[in-house]
Amino acid sequence: MSKLRLIIEREFIAKVKNKSFIMMTFLSPLIMIGMMVLVVFLMKKNDQKIKEIVYVDNSGIFSKENFKDTKTIKYKDFTNKGIEETKKKVEEGNHYGVLFIPKQDSLEVLAKSVEFYSKETPGLNTIENIERNVNKHLRNLKMTKLGINLEKIKASKISSDIKMFNFSGEKSSKMINGMKIGVGTIAGYMLMMFVIIYGTSVMRSVIEEKTSRIIEVIVSSVKPFQLMMGKIIGNASAGLLQFFIWGVLLMIGSVVVSLFLGIDASQVFSQDIDVEQAAKMKELMGNKADLFLEIRKLPWLTLFFLFIFYFLGGYMLYSSLFAAVGAAVDSETDTQQFMMPIMMPLMLAVYVGAFTVINDPHGPVSVIFSHVPLTSPIVMLMRVPFGVAWWEIALSMLLLVVTFIGIVWFAAKIYRVGILMYGKKPTYKDLWKWIRYNG
Amino acid sequence: MSNLLEINNIVKRYGDYTALNDVSIHIPKGSVFGLLGPNGAGKTSLIRIINQITMPDSGSVILDGEKLAPNHVENIGYLPEERGLYKSMKVGEQALYLAQLKGLTKTEAKKRLKYWFDKFDIGAWWDKKIEELSKGMAQKVQFIVTVLHQPKLLIFDEPFSGFDPINAQLIAKEILQLRDEGATIIFSTHRMESVEEMCDYIALIDKSNKILDGKLDDIKKEFRTNTFQVGLNTANPKEVEQKLKENFKVLPADFRLLNEGLKLNVKLTEGNSANDLLSYLTTQGQVQHFVELIPSANDIFIQAINKNI
Repeated sequence: MSKLRLIIEREFIAKVKNKSFIMMTFLSPLIMIGMMVLVVFLMKKNDQKIKEIVYVDNSGIFSKENFKDTKTIKYKDFTNKGIEETKKKVEEGNHYGVLFIPKQDSLEVLAKSVEFYSKETPGLNTIENIERNVNKHLRNLKMTKLGINLEKIKASKISSDIKMFNFSGEKSSKMINGMKIGVGTIAGYMLMMFVIIYGTSVMRSVIEEKTSRIIEVIVSSVKPFQLMMGKIIGNASAGLLQFFIWGVLLMIGSVVVSLFLGIDASQVFSQDIDVEQAAKMKELMGNKADLFLEIRKLPWLTLFFLFIFYFLGGYMLYSSLFAAVGAAVDSETDTQQFMMPIMMPLMLAVYVGAFTVINDPHGPVSVIFSHVPLTSPIVMLMRVPFGVAWWEIALSMLLLVVTFIGIVWFAAKIYRVGILMYGKKPTYKDLWKWIRYNG
Repeated sequence: MSNLLEINNIVKRYGDYTALNDVSIHIPKGSVFGLLGPNGAGKTSLIRIINQITMPDSGSVILDGEKLAPNHVENIGYLPEERGLYKSMKVGEQALYLAQLKGLTKTEAKKRLKYWFDKFDIGAWWDKKIEELSKGMAQKVQFIVTVLHQPKLLIFDEPFSGFDPINAQLIAKEILQLRDEGATIIFSTHRMESVEEMCDYIALIDKSNKILDGKLDDIKKEFRTNTFQVGLNTANPKEVEQKLKENFKVLPADFRLLNEGLKLNVKLTEGNSANDLLSYLTTQGQVQHFVELIPSANDIFIQAINKNI
């Protein structure tokens, strides 16, 4: 047992002392924040560019009233300049494009014959805005023609907002559903990233021991199984340390942000906010405060523990496979053919999560994949924010643990033989033979 | 003398291939035991079984009277033919780690490492990474790591490869010293001159079978041909050679002599002794050279393998 501890210690230190680990731990949050800031900045910047669209209305039924300016699109009436001259002017000048409304006998024909000229293909938003304006006016004209009272239609407009509850009395809304999707997806993706990053790191470490030939010295002192488990656990500990550091950084970050916004920091982490605080936040952040309050209502603690559990379970499962692959080959370039079948279920899990869980978190596909051990860590994590029965989680965890033991047994057999095999790149048939070797 | 290691009827198969076929070898306590054989004969398979890296399909290994068990790794030191250390780990940390895996406490390992590092005068390497050292330097570190836990049984697979003659001599001296201090040494090599120099016993493995084993001197006796190298300063060499051919088997010889003269290899035949030969020679001239041709380990190796085809 103490040998296992020694191995875990060495693997942990080797991993943590590695420059790339330090970089990833401290730089990647900065890079993430930086990228987010950059994206927001670019979006803002992009929006600030105002597109000036001129229109020539030969039908005479539109007016400036029908083309309301938005933040990014401004309309100008060039009807009296004539279409040909306007086109020329736009082509040479700074205007974004020309909207041409020809004269037609019926509204239906007119609706199909409106044209738009521009130097570059316009974005979807721009075209939609133009079409909406044209549509709206033409529909109104048509309704008037059919004798429908526009005022009455306007008065009949009503907007509903369904308030959703579950039976434990929690209120939910579309917004919080969106949040749940977001949180689940981020957790699922992160888990996949971690499994891949730490799994390949285990694999690389196995290959390194093999190519540096120290493996024979080590296995003359400890059982190959101990070495493999020590490696897996050592790397997992490094992963947990990384989470921990990020957690601390996140806390510090939130305290700084809340101080900046003038909210009592001690309140940020408490589950319930008093009315006064909520009001203060509303005042400060407008309707963003609602979102903020909703985020805090998610089952964070459960989510956190499940994330750790599924990370460990999923990581152990996959990294033992990665270790077996590392043992089977002589160099990293040979790993490709064995990596595919390992990556497939991970990819599948993320796609199932992204397409199925979001639409129907408790549908049969989601339920099945959240129990199949190779995909359950990711899919279950995505489902959890929507509320999953405890026995379902327990079953999924149990299946994961049982499979983990099975896979480790199987991987250890390949590992034990593979670490001492050099030369020929093994085939799947060879691997099968190795599993059946005894001792 | 009792045996430190008894290998009894070991069979090891990999799928259809038999790597060791009913091999039994007994290794006496306090000896240097040469484990010889051509490439692919099964030496590494046997060494791995002794190290419990793999398990035999049948047969048993007894170490110092006990059936081989996991805790015995602390009594065995193994220097594999393919050397290796963690490239990016510091020499000292690495040596400490490997020593602890062999069951030493950290303080004990540190103390002993200091002794060896001083002995080899490599104390300055403690904080260097292996990748900064030359191959020979790394080999020295690996040698220290192998012997540090003072195992009863030491297994050296080609211990001199990668060493220059001076360092090879140093290592050879250390190995013999360890034997004198009570360790038993299994020594696997292809370099027959080091077998002559070091080994008390040998076993020869070929094509998965043990074909020869025993005390080196006994094996040499077994392989002796009763042939003598003869150097004679005589007036009429032709006549002497002719006369010798009547009573003995005479073979051409190519050894070196300081003076010119008759050079022959003479093999005794049934019914005559070395004395008969020598007394005849003294009557014919000045005897300059008279030595029994002892089969070298190299000769034994080649003869035994060829016989086994």
